[in-house]
This record gives sequence, C-alpha cells and structure tokens, in this order.
Amino acid sequence: MKTQTYSLNLGPQHPSTHGVFRIILELDGETVVKATPVPGYLHRGIEKLAEARTYTQVIPYTDRMDYLAGMLMNWGYVQAVEKLMGIEVPERAEYIRVIVGELSRIASHMIATGAYGGDIGALTAFTYTFRDREYCIDLLEMVSGSRMTFSYFRVGGVADDLPGEFYPAARKFLADLPGMCDEYDGLITGNEIFQARTKHVGVITPEMGINYSLSGPTLRGSGVNYDLRKVRPYSVYDRLNFEVPLGKNGDCFDRFRIRIEEMRQCGKIIQQALDQIPEGSIQAKVPKVIKPPVGDAYAEVESSKGVYGCYLVSDGSPKPYRVHFRRPSFINLGYLAKLCEGWKIADVIAILGSIDIVLGEVDC
Amino acid sequence: MADYSIPADLMEALKNKFPGLEIQENRDVIVPAADLIPFMSEIKDNQDYAMDFLTNLTGADYKDRFEMVYNLVSMTHGYTLMVKVRIEDKEKPEIPSLCPIWGGANWQEREIYDLMGIVFTGYTGHPTRIFLDDNFQGHPLRKDFQWQGGREA
Repeated sequence: MKTQTYSLNLGPQHPSTHGVFRIILELDGETVVKATPVPGYLHRGIEKLAEARTYTQVIPYTDRMDYLAGMLMNWGYVQAVEKLMGIEVPERAEYIRVIVGELSRIASHMIATGAYGGDIGALTAFTYTFRDREYCIDLLEMVSGSRMTFSYFRVGGVADDLPGEFYPAARKFLADLPGMCDEYDGLITGNEIFQARTKHVGVITPEMGINYSLSGPTLRGSGVNYDLRKVRPYSVYDRLNFEVPLGKNGDCFDRFRIRIEEMRQCGKIIQQALDQIPEGSIQAKVPKVIKPPVGDAYAEVESSKGVYGCYLVSDGSPKPYRVHFRRPSFINLGYLAKLCEGWKIADVIAILGSIDIVLGEVDC
Repeated sequence: MADYSIPADLMEALKNKFPGLEIQENRDVIVPAADLIPFMSEIKDNQDYAMDFLTNLTGADYKDRFEMVYNLVSMTHGYTLMVKVRIEDKEKPEIPSLCPIWGGANWQEREIYDLMGIVFTGYTGHPTRIFLDDNFQGHPLRKDFQWQGGREA
C-alpha cells in the first residue's frame, strides 16, 4: 500500500517548545521524514538595539537573552568589554562573579531538569525543581535585588558587594543541594518509563557534535570534554577544584543526567569560592564614560547551555559599533532538524527538551 | 592571561602556503575571499592545526566594506584563531559558504544573511531568512537600514 506523507505544525504555541518556537514536521504515519525548525518569534534585534546604547546600557539587554541564567549572560558581555579595554578585574569581584554565575547555572539546570520531566510526562518533577530553584533565586535576589533580570555585572566588576546575610543563606543552600539532586535522581533519573523514553533516543556522535558547533551539556553528553572553565579557564576557575561530568552514549538520557551532575559540581565550586573569597575592592578603576579603544574583541564564557560568546567592535565612541552574541541555544538548535529524522513525534519532544533551549536566547 | 594562539612556526607555514594571507599583530588572520575555502579546509584537515570547531561566525558592516569574522578552536591542540575576510563589494556582498566544511556554519550564515544581507554561495538552497519574515524588506544590521521608533543611533 502506498502512503502519503503529511505535514504537522508543532508550535509556535506549544508547551513542549519551551517558548514560541515552531517545527514543521513532515510525517509518514508517526515517523518524522523531515523536520524544519522555524525560530524568530521572539526576535527583538538586541544586536541592533545595542548599537544605539552606551556600553553599560547594553548589560540589561543581555539578561533578556537566556533569562534563566541572567548572570552568565551579563558575564560574557562584560568580559568582552574588559578584554577590549584591557581591564583587570579585582579578585574579590571575580569570586563574586563565580558564586553568582554558578548559582545562576544551578537555577537554569533546575528548570531544564524539571521541564524535561514535564516533557516526558512526569509533570511532578517540575514542582520539585521549581520549589528548590526558589531558594537559589532568593539568594540571587539578596545579591542583586532581582529574581531573574539581574543586571548585576558591571564593566570591571560587579554592582554591589555580597550582603552579610548572603553567606549563611548560601551555605545552608549548599548543604541542601546534594539532597535535592538525590531527590531528582530518585524521582526522575531512576524512573523506568523515563529511561525507556530517553535512552538511545536522539543520539549525537562526538564527530557530529563538533562538526555542528554544539556545546555545553548537549556536546558533553556525547563524551566530548569541552568545558571552557577547564579547557580555557577564565576568571578564577583555575583555582577551583571541580570535575566535568561527561556522557557516554550521547543520547537524551545522558544529556539530561549530566545536568544534575553539573549541579552537584556547581555546589562544590561555590563552596570553595566562599571559602577562598578575599577581601578587597569589587570594582576596577574604570572611566565614568566607557570608551574602548578602536578595535575588536571576542570573548567566551561557559553558560548553562554551552559556549556563550560576545564579539565587540569599537569605533572609539561611547557606543558599540557592532555587538554580536554567540548564543549556545541558537547554535545547538541548528542540529535539531537532522537529529529528529527517523524518530516518532513523541521522540521529537524528548529530543527538543534534551537540548535545553531558551527562546529568548535563540532569537536574541 | 594564557596564550592559546597557534605557534609562530605553524603560522609561518600557513603564510607560505597562502601568500595572500595577512597576519595581524594580535595574530588574527585576514584571508582573501578567493582563498577562504582552501584555507579553511587546510587548517581543519591538516592535523598540525586540526581547527575542527567553528565556534563563532559573524559579520560587521563598515563604511567601505563588509567583514566576515570566523572564530575557530582546535579540540586537539587547544588553539584558537580569528579569521577575517573582507568583502569590498558593498552593493552585492557575496562569499563562499562554509556549510560543506562545518554543519555549524549553516544557521549562523543564515542569521548573517537575514540580518546583514551577505549572500553565501556554493550551497544549494542556502541561505534563507531565519528570524525575519520572508517578505521583510532590507537587512536591519546594516548601518544604512532605516528604522522607526526607538532611540536615535
């Protein structure tokens, strides 16, 4: 019997797309013949807007890319400006950056973990990770005054010192964190149905991962040891002792699992940073009006989704001539079409969720 | 800060192979558009360099030219390299596509085509717009793009 393929529109308004994102699926029965991702529903033109702002005014826009890990978005941008101007950031500020950055990473991974459970059909997982993320967000609110859009980083340092009540609260959270991760592992990772849905599904080989410029847990799930905090340590990461969790099979399960492992490592990093943090200034000497010399610079940090880079061109004026953000969600998503081919519709949801995208970052 | 650039002798060898290559003070390289594909294939496939990871691809619009910027990383050696290509033709900017070499170039080139209007040649059906509507007129990241609202640039 001859059958015809038909197309199905997944999204742009669909809970599993984690925002406004559309995939046109060409299906043969339930099997995907071709997938065409259509991003752009959240495109705000941040790179263009930045050209009409001063360097400092760009910082709040970076919060609104990956709004689940705003601190890390701030970091990538200010690091590029600092590189362009040759600014040395005071040690205390670097430690504060590591602490809040890793807290942001935990918050982001908690959402990824819970939302992925929800994608697979275990919506209960969502309530657990969101409950714990609230503690994390409380800590960041203590530091910056905001829950998600922090704008806490400044060129040459951070906006404010850590408040006194932060330290005991952070230590309390760190003490609870391993237990939280155990709970997720018991609730989701160990679940038989969850494993059946995610193991050996959507396999990314290390070669393809590198060829498609994937990064973050999406690449490390395939066993490629590429974490900027280790391979090209920035800030004070070379003084902190932590491991990079790696997957073996490159399937959805591995990508999911290493995020929980990463949260445990983040806890270790923050613990050490709290122990080592020196007294001192939190802001380098920076002119009131930031005018980098003519030239360009490219800097990268490891965000929760992968390598987040910023390319800056200065013409010597107080406003950037060109800003480009290398957003890991966007580039990781570029492989989705190939990854979905041959899988069933339900697997598409599992695959998309395992990449962990944020549409604010994809569309920029 | 640690130095991750390619050692000087290896850069020298590249310069001998591609005489059009221009090595800048900060060790960024400027490649003539005609040499782009052979140059990229060489540094990717030659195991002395093994620049197998195209981390970033973008462009910039200057008064007299467009400039493509490629950031490469070697997973094996840990080198990083910034490659730039100047496109002098401001009316009809064209450059060979890197899609046959890196899958990761595909979406990034589509983004640059969409927002800056640089056409990537040599790859069928590529590039198409990725963020903006297919009927959208113009390319917003160009400096001469006219827009309404917002603040004056």
